[in-house]
Amino acid sequence: MSNKLLLGRFIPGDSIVHRLDPRVKLLMSFYFVGIIFLADNWQTYLFLFLFTMVAILLTKIKLGFFIKGVRPLIWLILFTVLLQMLFSSGGTVYWSWGPIVISSYGVVNGIYIFMRFVLIIFMSTLLTLTTPPLSLADAIESLLKPLKVIHFPVYEVALMLSIALRFVPTLMDETEKIMNAQRARGVDFGEGNIFQQMRAIVPLLIPLFVSSFNRAEDLATAMEARGYQGGEGRSKYRVLSWQLADNLTILAFALVTVVLVILR
Amino acid sequence: MAKIIDVTNLNYRYPQQTEHPALKDVNFSVDQGEWVAIIGHNGSGKSTLAKSIDGLLPIGEGDSGTIKVGGITLTEDSVWDIRKKIGMVFQNPDNQFVGATVEDDVAFGLENHGMPREEMVTRVHEALKRVRMLEFAKREPARLSGGQKQRVAIAGVIAQQPDIIILDEATSMLDPEGRVEVLEIVRKLKEEENMTVLSITHDIDETENANRIIVLDDGQLQESGTPEKIFAYGNRLIAMGLDVPYAERLRTALRKRGTIVPAQYLNEEGMVDWLWTSHLKM
Repeated sequence: MSNKLLLGRFIPGDSIVHRLDPRVKLLMSFYFVGIIFLADNWQTYLFLFLFTMVAILLTKIKLGFFIKGVRPLIWLILFTVLLQMLFSSGGTVYWSWGPIVISSYGVVNGIYIFMRFVLIIFMSTLLTLTTPPLSLADAIESLLKPLKVIHFPVYEVALMLSIALRFVPTLMDETEKIMNAQRARGVDFGEGNIFQQMRAIVPLLIPLFVSSFNRAEDLATAMEARGYQGGEGRSKYRVLSWQLADNLTILAFALVTVVLVILR
Repeated sequence: MAKIIDVTNLNYRYPQQTEHPALKDVNFSVDQGEWVAIIGHNGSGKSTLAKSIDGLLPIGEGDSGTIKVGGITLTEDSVWDIRKKIGMVFQNPDNQFVGATVEDDVAFGLENHGMPREEMVTRVHEALKRVRMLEFAKREPARLSGGQKQRVAIAGVIAQQPDIIILDEATSMLDPEGRVEVLEIVRKLKEEENMTVLSITHDIDETENANRIIVLDDGQLQESGTPEKIFAYGNRLIAMGLDVPYAERLRTALRKRGTIVPAQYLNEEGMVDWLWTSHLKM
């Protein structure tokens, strides 16, 4: 079950991308989604494609993993591309039937949208494949820190995030256990019509909720016994360190932006 | 010897069950460096006692009594100082694992006390080495066995360098090997650091390391004494819903068959000794 999860897809490695500060990776992934909209002709798309490929090469992870990331979204992508191709007019018309038109403009637009989707997915997959979930949580905490000015509970959110991440596999195991226990007592999961399926979920959901409450209570007691008094006055065991490579990464993205603007 | 834990006239009721007190007039004290086992069947108030010593229970109106730990009386203000002196290991290894990796979890208590990072790193390293979990430092809890998780929990306690370790049924969810391993680590720790251990259990075999056993029944302190004295009660323990150790069961079974057995309790080693010497006499 857990292999379907996006969170669990981190692949340990020792590449240059793996060693980057997670804050840089997180910020640059978002930035990439932004600058991809600057691309509007084939030169810019080709340039972004090459850039992404270089980034993927630097991770030393097989291309197959990235393509796997596209697979669950392939129908959404094809649907969008098809809509774009069939309903945008302009340029040379190849074929038409009522409102449905296949034109050169539509085809080119469809290919651009396809590229845009694939590149965004490649970049975000690159982020999750090379960054452990915990580092991502650290990065989010560090990036949210300025919000402390407006009394946003940064420590608390970070703690919740890291506890949530730590309990994902534990709760997965438990779900599996309860499902099997209920199956042994005759509950059919995923069978029958939609109402029967929803009813079958109840004997899974309620024990899961109850046990989560018990877990929370135990965890809170254990945390208190170990001296947890809230976020203030705590020191941190894990620290993020900003290095030269991180500055270079930001420089690289800045250069990409400049080139994109020129090629446009 | 200095009394490190001193409980006098402790009464406690859970807010939800007002008519039935969880603890009734409990009096006991523990000396520095002593290993005290508190036994009793389910619902006898063992865990309540452990939690109240650490100040983890909400105090209501009908509750009374004083708890002193290392000379400090437990109050709302002193509770955090007392918790620094006590390291607690709870029953369920999964539910007390706070950190996302082994080393994070060991560091959690130290982070709470605002310890500088360099000192934390050495302490975490040392603590993990002592419980032989150093090579697992980067692992996530989901990839550890129950016994390993409890070892990490003990490492978290060691890192804080407390005077007292409270084991609140810490081995009850482990397999036999995991249990032996965890108890062995605690035993070594007690010997090397002269720590005080308060172990709470309903498993009689776990009390063999104890200097003293306290029997709790229905919130009341029934008996207190050396393991030899307590185990010699035999049937009275069974009537309280407890069990007797294997050697004691063997002694009773032999007596039932008409063999003349020694009058007092023998531990396993003593039993073996007695068996082979009596065999020689025949």
